[in-house]
Amino acid sequence: MLDRINKAQNMIETACKKLGKQINIMEVCGTHTVSIFRNGIRTILPDNLKLLSGPGCPVCVTDQSYIDNVLQIADNKDCLIATYGDMIRVPGKGGSLETKQTTANVKIVLSSEDALQLAKDNPDKTVVFIAVGFETTTPATAVAIKEAHADSVDNFCVLSGHKLVVPAMKALVSTKNDHIDAFLCPGHVSVIIGYNSYKEIVEDYGRPCVVAGFEPIQIIEGLAEICRQLADGKTKLESVYSAVVTAEGNTIAQKIIEECFEPADGYWRGLGEIEKSTLKIKDKYSKFDALKRFDITETPVEDTSGCQCGEVLCGLIDPPQCKLFGKTCTINTPIGPCMVSSEGACAAWYKYSLKEKP
Amino acid sequence: MKTDKNDRILLAHGGGGQLSDELIRHHILPRFDNNTLAELTDSANLELDSKSICFTTDSYVVKPLFFNGGDIGKLAVCGTINDLAVAGSKPVALSLSLIIEEGFEFKLLDKILDSISQTARDNNVNIVTGDTKTVEAGAADKIFINTAGIGVKLDGIDLGFKKIKAGDKILINGTIGDHGMTIMSQRKDIKFQSQLKSDCAGLADLITKLLEGSNGVKFMRDPTRGGLAVTLNDIARQAGLSIEINQADIPINPNVQTAADMLGFDVLDIANEGKVVAILSAESADQCLNICRKHPLGKEAKIIGEIVKPKNVPIVEMTTIIGGKRIVHIPYGRQLPRIC
Ligand code: SF4
Repeated sequence: MLDRINKAQNMIETACKKLGKQINIMEVCGTHTVSIFRNGIRTILPDNLKLLSGPGCPVCVTDQSYIDNVLQIADNKDCLIATYGDMIRVPGKGGSLETKQTTANVKIVLSSEDALQLAKDNPDKTVVFIAVGFETTTPATAVAIKEAHADSVDNFCVLSGHKLVVPAMKALVSTKNDHIDAFLCPGHVSVIIGYNSYKEIVEDYGRPCVVAGFEPIQIIEGLAEICRQLADGKTKLESVYSAVVTAEGNTIAQKIIEECFEPADGYWRGLGEIEKSTLKIKDKYSKFDALKRFDITETPVEDTSGCQCGEVLCGLIDPPQCKLFGKTCTINTPIGPCMVSSEGACAAWYKYSLKEKP
Repeated sequence: MKTDKNDRILLAHGGGGQLSDELIRHHILPRFDNNTLAELTDSANLELDSKSICFTTDSYVVKPLFFNGGDIGKLAVCGTINDLAVAGSKPVALSLSLIIEEGFEFKLLDKILDSISQTARDNNVNIVTGDTKTVEAGAADKIFINTAGIGVKLDGIDLGFKKIKAGDKILINGTIGDHGMTIMSQRKDIKFQSQLKSDCAGLADLITKLLEGSNGVKFMRDPTRGGLAVTLNDIARQAGLSIEINQADIPINPNVQTAADMLGFDVLDIANEGKVVAILSAESADQCLNICRKHPLGKEAKIIGEIVKPKNVPIVEMTTIIGGKRIVHIPYGRQLPRIC
């Protein structure tokens, strides 16, 4: 493996030297961010190659209004909140699921299936599944909804916070963020959506997109491929994860998503409203839609905490440039979701790199 | 009247009356056969052949009570033995206190007591005094165990942070993260199936051999809660020195790594129950490694890094498998599995 690492590293160095200017590559996904920090990948890259952490951590991009909705539902004594672990520490109005005295019971689950089981086991409670995540977790949520429908588990519902990766990437390159030169695309999402999904970003926006897995070697080889393209003045769609990623992706999973969800305009933390970027539950399954069941409307709220997660998520600043980083906002006392989430950029900086570093 | 008639612990079993007496005589005493305990005096009388002793206590709560590679009873004995051993003493006597929830099954209690007795015997320590309390249903989660222990200081052994110097080597006796990942994978609300096994074991014999076979051991600690990350950070902070470790040298069972990756945990942060981190003088490193590797609990022992002068503040830094560098921090108090 060392041979492969050396080869990729040489490729990166040669390309960066040839380019002679600062190159910014955004790793879209939080799992990439964690792997990059955990393996110290930044420390072996040339000085003029900069990695930006993108909006691919589901907890981080969840708008505060969503958390407020969760907290509002949690005030309901007949409810049982089923949530992924990371979400319980994200602060909304008046606290988080962890710190706020909620009336409802809060249970940590690992999957939508566990949440559905909770509903079956607790017929006297309404189990609300806090469904966040990208195309990797959405199929499982859809399956749970379909199963609840088939088995008439009427005390189960879903607060959909599911999002789509590509619209966010498009939003990033089509607006203020022309500083992003290329994208390192997430392996697991690409397995589902297929690498053709990035075509538009490559062809219309001229940014190389390279799909890579999460092993350090795959990440380094992905970066090497991007650097080579940039140095050669090419823009291509490429996958260094080709064994698992196909052009069309997993069409079965896509169909399942389509059956339960439809794209809708929606709010992202830091990126604002993005056209057709979130998934709402289709009318056919509206009885499992927590928004309808609890009659909630989604209204964006302004974050007044001083947290700069929005800028971090767009790659505009590095976490240590946030005034609160390492001072009032730490792993133990997180203020924004990028510090709460184990996949958040702020948490990764805080945990794995020297705080003195810029 | 036999107490197991209704198979479950009643509040009266802790009431000091006839049922308490039966619990002790039928379930506990026969399993811990030694003269000191058999006398059932208010305090145990011990004859020790050293002026200097180590004394420690720890309470054990674990869910599930039985896990692959051990159970709460084995854990309660090994944990206290290991705390005594890493301080440079030979464990000789333990106390055993049980806090049992009303309704707990005798069948399970007996299983735990058997395990305690077996583990104590395997590690050459006696349970010399103890106590049982019962609490109302809901006031405890099945069973809590406290053990305190006394160890006799080994001759001429003096361990401490102050002896640690730049250049010293860091040894671990085997793979990390096995206990924590086993527990996490078996918890009911985390349905993660896997082939993992806790490393729960008493380290007194291994440590005694190490201390008797080499005079290069300067400090030891068992990396339990918070894993290697907490232990190394503690050592760095207390010694005022930095630590450099090499990821490629840290032994990790591939199944543990896979489980940790799936749940988004860092194996360095995960608890161990049969591991010791030893700081050694550079000259003694090979010798200590050989001693460890000859012992069943040290076959996979490795030197994982060394102590260095701090550049600024004391830190723990790791050279990763790909040759990058990163900081190893103390993990956040509660670990939550990630989303995808
Ligand atoms: S350091 Fe904290 S407050 Fe600042 S952007 Fe990150 S999460 Fe928000």
